[in-house]
Amino acid sequence: MTDSTGVSEVERFLYDEAALLDGGRLDDWLALFTDDATYWIPLEAGQQDQLTSASIVFDDRRLLGIRVAQFTHPRAHARMPAPRTVHQVGNVRVLADDGHELRVRSTLVMIEFRRERQRTWGATVEHRLRRIPDGLRIAAKRVDLVNAEGELDGIVAIF
Amino acid sequence: MERLFGRAWLVLGHESQVLAPGDFLTTRMGREPVIVVRHVDGSIQVLVNRCAHRGSRVCEGPRGHARQLVCPYHGWTYATDGTLCALPLAEGYDRSPIGVEELGLRRVPRVETYRGFIFASLAPDGPSLLEFLGPLRASFDDLVERAPAGEVEVAGGVFKHAYRGNWKLVLENHNDGVHPAFVHASSIWAARNGAPWDVWEKTGLWVARYGHSWMGDYHDDTRLVAALDHPVFREYRAALERRLGPERTARVLGELRWNSLVYPSCSFMSQFRQLRIIHPIAVDRTVVHAYSFRLKGAPQQMFRDTIAFANVVNGTASPVLTDDLEVYERVQDALTASRNEWVELGRGHGGDVPDRDGTLRGRTGTSEIHIRNQLAAWLEYLDMGGPEGRADAPAMAPQSAQRSEAPRQSRNAPRPA
Ligand code: FES
Ligand SMILES: [Fe+2]
Repeated sequence: MTDSTGVSEVERFLYDEAALLDGGRLDDWLALFTDDATYWIPLEAGQQDQLTSASIVFDDRRLLGIRVAQFTHPRAHARMPAPRTVHQVGNVRVLADDGHELRVRSTLVMIEFRRERQRTWGATVEHRLRRIPDGLRIAAKRVDLVNAEGELDGIVAIF
Repeated sequence: MERLFGRAWLVLGHESQVLAPGDFLTTRMGREPVIVVRHVDGSIQVLVNRCAHRGSRVCEGPRGHARQLVCPYHGWTYATDGTLCALPLAEGYDRSPIGVEELGLRRVPRVETYRGFIFASLAPDGPSLLEFLGPLRASFDDLVERAPAGEVEVAGGVFKHAYRGNWKLVLENHNDGVHPAFVHASSIWAARNGAPWDVWEKTGLWVARYGHSWMGDYHDDTRLVAALDHPVFREYRAALERRLGPERTARVLGELRWNSLVYPSCSFMSQFRQLRIIHPIAVDRTVVHAYSFRLKGAPQQMFRDTIAFANVVNGTASPVLTDDLEVYERVQDALTASRNEWVELGRGHGGDVPDRDGTLRGRTGTSEIHIRNQLAAWLEYLDMGGPEGRADAPAMAPQSAQRSEAPRQSRNAPRPA
C-alpha cells in the first residue's frame, strides 16, 4: 500500500512517529504504543535478554508513561531545556508480516542539540507494528545504538 | 592524582570476572591503565597495560582470555604474571647494557581481595587493605552474606556513564540525603514514591577513616520486595536459613545499608547489589562503571529485580541518573565563578557523635559529615609523604572532619589530586 507519492503505509507511520518526537509531542508519541508495548534500548550489541541483562532502557508501557511524564515536569533538570532533535529514518524494510503484526527494521540518524552541545546518534531500529482498525500501533520498539557499549554521557533524548 | 589515586587502595573488580587462568579484564587506576589477570598459579595479578618495549597497550577490550599477553606492535610476549617470556630477534639485544630479560609488564605492587572483591594499590607500602577498609568491611560482608550460597558474582552487563565534571562530585552526592527531593523532584513526582524528610533525617550516616562513609537503617525489606511473605522472598529466606540458620539469617537481613562509599574509587549498595567504580579521566571528566551482582543460590526472580532496579537507577538514560549528572555538570561549570571562593559544607556540623569502631555518626542522616570526611582524607593524602610532605603528618582520623579542620572548603578543593 503506497500513497500517490510512493511512500508506503509503514514508512509514513515511521516518519510520523519521528515528527512527533522532533516536535516534542511526547503524549501523542506515547499514544502510538499499545498497552502491552515495550520500548527497549539494549546495553550490549546483539543482546537477546531483557530480564537478566541490564538495558539502557527497558520500559513497559507503564514505565514509558512515567518517563514521558517526568520529561515534562518543570524540574526535570536534565530535560530543561529539552533537547532539540532531528530524527532521520531510513532504510525501511519490512522483515515479516503475518497480517496481524509486522516486523520492520530501519536505521536512524539523530542529531541532538542541548546546552551548547550537539550530539550525533546512529541506531538500528526494529519496530513490531500491530494492525488495528484505524492504522498501526507500536507493540515493541528496539533501538540498538551503535555506541551502546561505550562510555556515554547521560542520554536524555528519546529515540 | 599521584598522591591520592597513586596511593589509596582502589576497587578494580570482582574475582568472578577472572575465574580461569588467563581470564583478564582491563581497567584504570587513576591514570594507570591496568590489566587484572588470573595467573596460572591461581593468583590475581595486576599489571600495567603498557608494553615494556615501546609502550603500546598490550591488552585491548574490557575483558578477554589469553594464555600469554602478546603486544600487537612487535610481538613481545608476556606471561600472565608480567614476565617477558619471548621476543622476536632477541639476539639484537645481546650487547644492550640493559638485560632485556629483566623487562616485563610492571606489576602493581599491592593486590589483595576482600570477600571476592579485588583491590590494588600503586604504592608499595601503606595501610593494609583490612586496615584501610576498617568498618566498611561490614558493607562487603553484608553484600556477600546475603547470598544463600555465600558467594556473589558479577552478572548482567556493565553500565558506563560519563559526565563533564570532577570525580569528587559523584562521591559527594551518593550519601547526600537532601538532594533527592530537589534533583529528583520530577522522578519522584512521576513515579509517586518520594520519601518524606523524616526518613532522610532518621537515616543513619557514618563516616570512617580514609574518607569512607555509609548510610544505614534506611530501607527495610518491605520496600525491596513486594511483600515479606511474597513467595520469592520466602523461598530466598528459606535458602539463606539453610546455610545460616534462622538467627543469623535474621541478622543478615536486618542489616540495612544503603550506599557505602569506599573513598576514592567506589560506591556500592549492598542491599541492592549495585557497585559503581569511579574513574577520574580529567579535571572535568569522570567515567563511572556500574555493576550488578547475582546472589548465588537465590531465586532467579531476585536477580531480575536487581536488573530492573539497575536499569532505573544506573541506566544511562535513567531520569534519576541523568538528573544527577546534569547537576554535577552545572556545579562544575559554575565553580569557575571567581567572586565566591567558598562552598558551604557545614550542615550538621558540631553535632556529629563518635560511634563504634572509631566511626563518627552524623547528627542526622542529612549531615554533610560525609563530605567533610572525604575532604579531610583528601587533604591528608595530598599532604603526606609528598615531595614537600610533612614527616609528622597527623594520623588520619575522622575527628579531622570537625569544624576546626574544614567545615567549608575552598572552591579549589574539588580539583583532582
Ligand atoms: S611496543 Fe610492544 S613489542 Fe614493541
Ligand atoms: Fe541522586
